[in-house]
Amino acid sequence: MKVMNLVQAINDALDLKLREDRGVLVYGEDVGVEGGVFRVTEGLQVKHGAERVFDSPLAESGIVGTALGMAITGMKPVVEMQFDGFVYPAMNQILSHVGRFRNRTRGKYSVPMVIRIPYGGGINALEHHSESPEAYFGHTPGLKVVIPSTPYDAKGLLIAAIEDPDPVIYLEPKRIYRAIKQEVPEEKFTIPIGKAKILSPGEHITVIAYGAMIREVQRAMVMAREKGIQVELIDLRTIWPIDRDTIRQSVQKTGRALIVTEAPKSYGPAAELISCINEEAFLSLEAPPTRLTGFDTVIPLPLGEKYYVITPDRILAEIEKLVNY
Amino acid sequence: MFDHKTLNKYKAIENKMYQVLDNEGKVILKDWKPDLSNAEIVQAYKDLLFERTVDLMAVSYQRQGRMFTYPPNLGQEAIHIAAGKVIRMEDWLVPAFRELGAWLAKGVSLWEIFLYFKGNEEGSKFINAPRMLPIAVPIASQLLHATGIAYAMKYNKENSAVFGFVGDGGTSEGDFHEALNFAAVWNAPVVFVIQNNQFAISVPLKMQTKSINLAVKGLAYDVPSVLVDGNDFFAMHDVLSYARKQALESGTPFLIEARTYRQGAHTTSDDPTRYRSKEEEEEWALKDPVQRLKGYLVRQGLWNPGQEDELIAGFKKAIDAEFEKAENFREYELDSVFDYMYHDLPDELKKQKNEYQNYLKLAKGGVK
Ligand SMILES: Cc1ncc(C[n+]2csc(CCOP(=O)(O)OP(=O)(O)O)c2C)c(N)n1
Ligand SMILES: [Mg+2]
Repeated sequence: MKVMNLVQAINDALDLKLREDRGVLVYGEDVGVEGGVFRVTEGLQVKHGAERVFDSPLAESGIVGTALGMAITGMKPVVEMQFDGFVYPAMNQILSHVGRFRNRTRGKYSVPMVIRIPYGGGINALEHHSESPEAYFGHTPGLKVVIPSTPYDAKGLLIAAIEDPDPVIYLEPKRIYRAIKQEVPEEKFTIPIGKAKILSPGEHITVIAYGAMIREVQRAMVMAREKGIQVELIDLRTIWPIDRDTIRQSVQKTGRALIVTEAPKSYGPAAELISCINEEAFLSLEAPPTRLTGFDTVIPLPLGEKYYVITPDRILAEIEKLVNY
Repeated sequence: MFDHKTLNKYKAIENKMYQVLDNEGKVILKDWKPDLSNAEIVQAYKDLLFERTVDLMAVSYQRQGRMFTYPPNLGQEAIHIAAGKVIRMEDWLVPAFRELGAWLAKGVSLWEIFLYFKGNEEGSKFINAPRMLPIAVPIASQLLHATGIAYAMKYNKENSAVFGFVGDGGTSEGDFHEALNFAAVWNAPVVFVIQNNQFAISVPLKMQTKSINLAVKGLAYDVPSVLVDGNDFFAMHDVLSYARKQALESGTPFLIEARTYRQGAHTTSDDPTRYRSKEEEEEWALKDPVQRLKGYLVRQGLWNPGQEDELIAGFKKAIDAEFEKAENFREYELDSVFDYMYHDLPDELKKQKNEYQNYLKLAKGGVK
């Protein structure tokens, strides 16, 4: 075991897979010498060589499109989008090809690639550096979408993503990149894609969140406990496919559900989760499943972000509303 | 023969076009010799005729309502047959959607092509054509795949070149430029082939670019680039062979602008009389690639035009048989909608499939 933050855990997973599998390549903008703008790939080029860990020209469609080409030959490229707001030039490749190549060729070609994207707000950044685009990917057939909230999960999920025979979008909650430290095994392990995790059991209400929102919910839970409310917190971990079983069992027990995401509200992941709850646990519900999300606005620049970000107080207020419904 | 010296002579920036045959099929280059045997050249001519026959029949199947939209190749066959001769089994073919003869040479079966254009993905699996990609509908996006494959080939020290096709309209897309640039920076062995057939659906080339030709677009990326007469089988064969050799020897990309003309409609849903003149069509008909190679063969005493009707009648029978195979292909099952999306079908998709199957059971059980 070694104490790691998220950045170190992701780096460790990449290092491990680069060592273990010659087919793994890591590239993107500034990932080579610089080690990435967040230092996630720091040291990897020195260890594994510039043929396997390298800077590509500055073009996201190019990065993703070439990775698809490599992947269908059997390589396992792991490419980085520098920020959430810059994956958009690659959307044509992701939507039109990455998620479709296996189906289009009836399984002749598969696309075992990973696209890593730092995402989310709360870091006082310029415009286009604080987006939560997970709904676009969750809505796109052929992809899997994962988001870790802890260093342990970050390592296990990334190894699973690289070993998955299908393309995986791996979103990294950059706000907590260095905020959480945890003991992480140095050896190899995986976290299954498609499995949520109950972080703490509770009787009164289910809260579902992921990524950087987990920590905010946990802070709200401390306050809720003082008021006698026992929250069951589910870390979704995989955005698609959704772990219906874990959600069903939890909501059947608690009868109440709150979804917390920083993504905009309409047509977002929270709406999807509420549909899932309605389908799976309707007869157990004591209150309407509710969502606390970002607004249907552009995420404001840093001085306005305080209105947009979801705080423990707001989460607590929603929890209380639902428990007293 | 096309070599370094020829490349230097046919400078794209000076708008010089490499051409071997004139419109009558006379060799216009001094000291030029084909690097194919007479038998191979005769075979190439038969292949041209075959592609043309397939194409005409495909259009007529479509007109009969037995196939959906189809993009005709008429007029561009020399590019495809030359590419088919140059591209080896170990090479990759990354098509756009208008390279029929090259696909067939790579091992694609005709019934697969018909099946695909009848609307079944089974027809883009290309089971006997390894290293052949499915057709790419989003214009120019496929060229990035070609560059990525080429990086992998080089990384794995495979002696394999990648051939990526695109149309003239495709050169306006960002992916075209990204693919050339990545290939140049990475020293990736890709041969990019632009089929400049003068139109992107209805939009003529002059609305597409201000460049003097499309080959020059490669020069800024330091990709050797040459403008070739795409209606000239020998010119295409010479340049493609050279490009392949250079890709393998120096691991570098190459760009070919094949200047041609789409004699048919864009697809079976298009009507070219809306946007181009009869005069223009007639002018290009004089440069027809099939007629030119035929002219060469007849001149050399290698071909007796009298044998052509019989040959084509034989082709038609074979093509009809392939089409029948596509028509009799097994029915499209519900499973095929779901089962190829992922290596292992996720529970979510199992559930959606089950719900539909249950609906079918109920519906058949007579539920109103
Ligand atoms: C990204 C994209 N935009 C638009 C289309 C619709 N479309 C299909 S073919 C075509 C014209 C392509 O022209 P060109 O690249 O010259 O190839 P050609 O059809 O002449 O072979 C267009 C606009 C498309 N398939 N993909
Ligand atoms: Mg065109």
